Amino acid sequence: MKLELRGITKRFGSLVANDGISITVEPGEIHALLGENGAGKSTLMNVLFGLYHADEGEILLDDQPVQFSGPGQAMTAGIGMVHQHFMLIPVFTVAENVMLGHEPSRFGIIDLDAARARVREISAKFGFDIDPDAKVEDLPVGAQQRVEIVKALSREAKVLVLDEPTAVLTPQETDELMETMRQLSDAGTSIVFITHKLREVKAVADTITVIRLGKVVGAADPSASTEELATMMVGREVELTVEKAAARLGDPALVVKDVNLFDHLGRKLLDEISFEIRAGEILVVAGVQGNGQTELTEAIMGLREKVHGSIKLSGMELSHAAVRHTLDAGVGYVPEDRKKDGLVAEFTVSENLMLDRSVSGPFTKGLNIDFAYRDQFAADAIDEFDIRTPDGETLVGRLSGGNQQKVVLARELSRDLKLLIASQPTRGVDVGSIEFIHERIVAVRDSGVPVLIISTELDEVLALADRIAVMYRGRIIDIVPAGTPREKLGQLMAGVAA
Amino acid sequence: MSAPVLEPLPVDAEVDPAARKRPTAREVLSDIASGGPLRILLAVFLSLVVGSLLIVFTNEDVLDTLGYFGARPTDFFGAAGKAIGEAYAALFRGAVFNYRADSFEAAIRPLTESLRFAGPLIAAGLGIALSFRVGMFNIGGQGQMLMGAAFAGFAAANLSLPWGLHLLVAMAFGFIGAGLWAGIVGLLKAFTGAHEVIVTIMLNYIAVSLITYLMRTPVLHDMDSGNNPTARAPQPTAQLPTILGQDFSLHLGFLLCIAAVFVFWWLMERSKLGFRLRMVGLNPDAARTAGVNVKAVFIVAMVLSGLFVGLAGINQALGRTGTFGPSIDAGIGFDAITVALLGGSRAFGVLFAGLLFGAMKAAGPSMQVQDVAPEVLVVMQGLIVLFVAAPPLVRSIFRFLPEPRVVVRTSAPKRSLRATAAEAPATQAPVAQVDTAQGDGAGDSTATAKKESPL
Repeated sequence: MKLELRGITKRFGSLVANDGISITVEPGEIHALLGENGAGKSTLMNVLFGLYHADEGEILLDDQPVQFSGPGQAMTAGIGMVHQHFMLIPVFTVAENVMLGHEPSRFGIIDLDAARARVREISAKFGFDIDPDAKVEDLPVGAQQRVEIVKALSREAKVLVLDEPTAVLTPQETDELMETMRQLSDAGTSIVFITHKLREVKAVADTITVIRLGKVVGAADPSASTEELATMMVGREVELTVEKAAARLGDPALVVKDVNLFDHLGRKLLDEISFEIRAGEILVVAGVQGNGQTELTEAIMGLREKVHGSIKLSGMELSHAAVRHTLDAGVGYVPEDRKKDGLVAEFTVSENLMLDRSVSGPFTKGLNIDFAYRDQFAADAIDEFDIRTPDGETLVGRLSGGNQQKVVLARELSRDLKLLIASQPTRGVDVGSIEFIHERIVAVRDSGVPVLIISTELDEVLALADRIAVMYRGRIIDIVPAGTPREKLGQLMAGVAA
Repeated sequence: MSAPVLEPLPVDAEVDPAARKRPTAREVLSDIASGGPLRILLAVFLSLVVGSLLIVFTNEDVLDTLGYFGARPTDFFGAAGKAIGEAYAALFRGAVFNYRADSFEAAIRPLTESLRFAGPLIAAGLGIALSFRVGMFNIGGQGQMLMGAAFAGFAAANLSLPWGLHLLVAMAFGFIGAGLWAGIVGLLKAFTGAHEVIVTIMLNYIAVSLITYLMRTPVLHDMDSGNNPTARAPQPTAQLPTILGQDFSLHLGFLLCIAAVFVFWWLMERSKLGFRLRMVGLNPDAARTAGVNVKAVFIVAMVLSGLFVGLAGINQALGRTGTFGPSIDAGIGFDAITVALLGGSRAFGVLFAGLLFGAMKAAGPSMQVQDVAPEVLVVMQGLIVLFVAAPPLVRSIFRFLPEPRVVVRTSAPKRSLRATAAEAPATQAPVAQVDTAQGDGAGDSTATAKKESPL
C-alpha cells in the first residue's frame, strides 16, 4: 500500500509541531523518519492515526484521501503501529494479546484456537519462532516486539509504523529486527521506521527523510555518511565522541566486593558482583536493560534491602546504609527513570533542585526552607546548565525530557561529590544536550571523583568509558578496556563470554 | 533476574497520547484535591442552581400552580421565584445577617453561629487535607475526633487545675488521644502496608464503640446521671471561653481553628517537613531516592492529620458547658473530607470551604422555617463536591473557560554548543502563548507551561 502525507501542518497555538511535512512511502518501502527527540516525528504519526487533527494537509492511501478520527479507523484501513513501549498485557499469552480488541468468536465464545492458528500462520510466513501459548511476560524483549508486529499484521496491516523500535533491543536483536523489516518489505508491507539512530537507518532504510523542528529538512540516501545524516538532523556538525584527556587515576575509591541481591521470591538479581573504580575514573556498566544494572545502582544507593557483600566508598561501608546516609557520604545519584525516581513532576524546577537536600544544609534555615537561597540557586543552575524553562517556578513536569534531565544533573553535580552514579544519563535527551552532559560528566571525573555510569547505548558507552563492565543476567561477565570493538561488546551483552 | 522489560522507559519529549499512562488513583485524587478557585466558585454556583430546582419542586405552593400550568404558567414562575427568593433569603438570615431581628446582637448572631459551626469543620478539614497532600486518604476523622473529645473531656472533667492551665492540659490530652489514634493508622501502613482507608474505617467503628462503652463507665460517665452514655461536663476551668461576651456562644475554639489554618500553611508551604510531606504525596519513589524515609513520613503525616482533626474534637468537647454523648463528632469527621476536597487541600481553601459549610449548617433551622427541607442543604453540599470532583463536567457546562494554557519560551542561548542557526528563529520569539492541552507533547522541546489551568 502506498502512503502519502501531503503538506501536513499541525500547530499548537503558535508552536508549529509539523510544518508542511510531505512524505511518500511506496509499497514495500522501508522509509526512515530520522530526527531528534522533539523534532515532530511522534506528532506526525499521531496525525496519521487520527489522534490529532491536522490543521492543513491530507493523507492519501493508494492515492485515495482518507481521514481517521482514531487509531481504530487507521488500523482498519491497514495501518499498524508498534509503539516504543509495548502495548501488551504481560500475563496474557501471545495469542490472547494478538487477538485483543478484535477477538474471533464462535457462538459468543472467544475462539482461542482461531487466534492461535492466526499467530502460527503469520509466524510461519515470516519465520518467527513464536509459541502462541507462551505468556508474554516470559518472552525476551525482542520476542515481545515480534508479538507486537504479529499483532499488527494479524489486522492486515499494509503499512507498519515502528516507533523507535530498537530502544530496548540488544545489538543482536536489533539485527534480527532489521532482518524482519526486510522480510516484511519484501512481502509488500510498507514500513515507516521512526528513529534517531543513524547506524540503523543506514543499515536498513530504502529512503530517509530527515525532520528537524517540525520541517522536512531533506531526503537522504542510505549511502550518505553518518556524519552527513547527523549534520542534517541537528543542523550542525556533531562530535559523536566526547573530548576527554587520559584519565588521571587515583586510588581505588569505590570497592564493590561479592555483592549479591535477591528479590522477595529469593531469585538472584545480582550475582557475585565485584569491581572497583579509582578516583578520577569512569567505569561504564554496559548491557541490555534489565540485566541487573538498575539493581546494582539501587544496591549502592541503599534503595534495596538485604544487600549481601561489601560496598565501600573510601573505606566507608555503604551496603547497609540508608539512602540518606549514602547521600550524605557524598554520592550523587542520577536515577535511571528520572520521572519516577529523580523528579517530582508537580514540583517546580527550584523545588526539584533541592529535592534531596531538605534536611540540613544551605537550603534550610531552622525548621524552614531558605527560599532566598533556593531561588538564587535555581537561577544559577538554570543559567549554568541551560535549563530551558521560563523560570524556577515552572513545574518540572512541563519541561522536555532533556531539560528535566538537566535539572537532575544540576542538582546532583552541585553536591560535594565523592562518587557520581549516573544511570542512563542521556536517555531521551537531544543530541546537543548529550554532548553537554557528557562534558560535565568528564569534568567530574577530571576533578578526581570516581564515576559509575550505567548505559545501554553503545555510543555513550564508548564515548565515556575509561573501562567497560558488561552485565548479563545479574553478573558482570567481563570488564574490558575502553577501546573494545562494538562487536565484542555486543557479544558480551548477549551473554557470550570471551 | 532478566525478567522481561515491561516497565515503561523514562522517555522523552514526544509523548504519544494514546500511549500515555492512565492516571493512577493517587493522581486522580491529587487532581480532585487541588481544584482551583474558579472551579470551586462555579461548583458552588451550580449547586445553588440545582438547589433552586429542589426548592421549587418541593414547595407546595409551586406544586399547586403546576396543576393549572397550561392555563396560567405565569403563576408557576411567580411561585417558583418566590419560593427560591424566600429560601435563599432565609439562608442569608440564618447564616449571615438576620435583618428582621430587633437588636443588632440578634441580627449578627447568625454570623457568629456560622463561625462557631465552621471552626471544627476547618480544623478537621485541615487534618484531612494534610493526609491528601501526603497522598493518603484519612477517612477516620470521626474516630479521631471522638478520641480527641473523649481524652480532652476526661481531663477537663476529672482534673482539678487552675484556670488556663486546666484548659491547656485538657487540650493536650485531646491532641494526644487523636494523634495516637491516627498514629496507629500510620504505623500499620508503614510496617504492614495496610491501606489507610480500610484501617481508618475500622478504627472509626472501634472508636465509637470504645467511647460509647467508656461513657457508660466511671471513666467518663457520671454514674449518678442515668443510663444514657454520656461524658461528664468539662469543669469551667477547662471550658473554651466565649470571645464575644455571654450573648454569643462563639468561643475561643474558633480562633484556635483559625490559628490552625496559619499553622497548616506554614507547615505545608514553608517548612522543611512540609516539603518532605508534599514530596512523598506527589512522588514517593522520588522521595525515597532523595533520602526521605517514606515510612516515617506516613506515620508523621497521620499523627499530624490526627492532631488537626483532634482540634475539632477538642473544640466540640470543651466548647460547651454540658455533658456530651458519643455523637459529639456531629458528622464533622466526614464533612471534613468534603471541606478538604472543596478547599483544594490548601490552607486558605479549607478556611473558605469550612466557612461555607459552617454557614450552611447554621442556616438549616432558618430555612426549615421557610418550608425548605433541611436535606436540600445536604444535597447542595454533596453537589458542590460532585462538581468540584468532576472538572470535565464543569468545563463542559461553562464552555467559555480557557483550556489549560501553555507558554512556550526559549531562553537565550548562553553556551555555544546549542546556539545553532536552526534555533535562532525560536529564540527571537521569547514568549509565545499556545492554547493547547497537549503540554509537552506538542513536539517542541521548549514547550513549558507557566501555570496550571484554572480548572
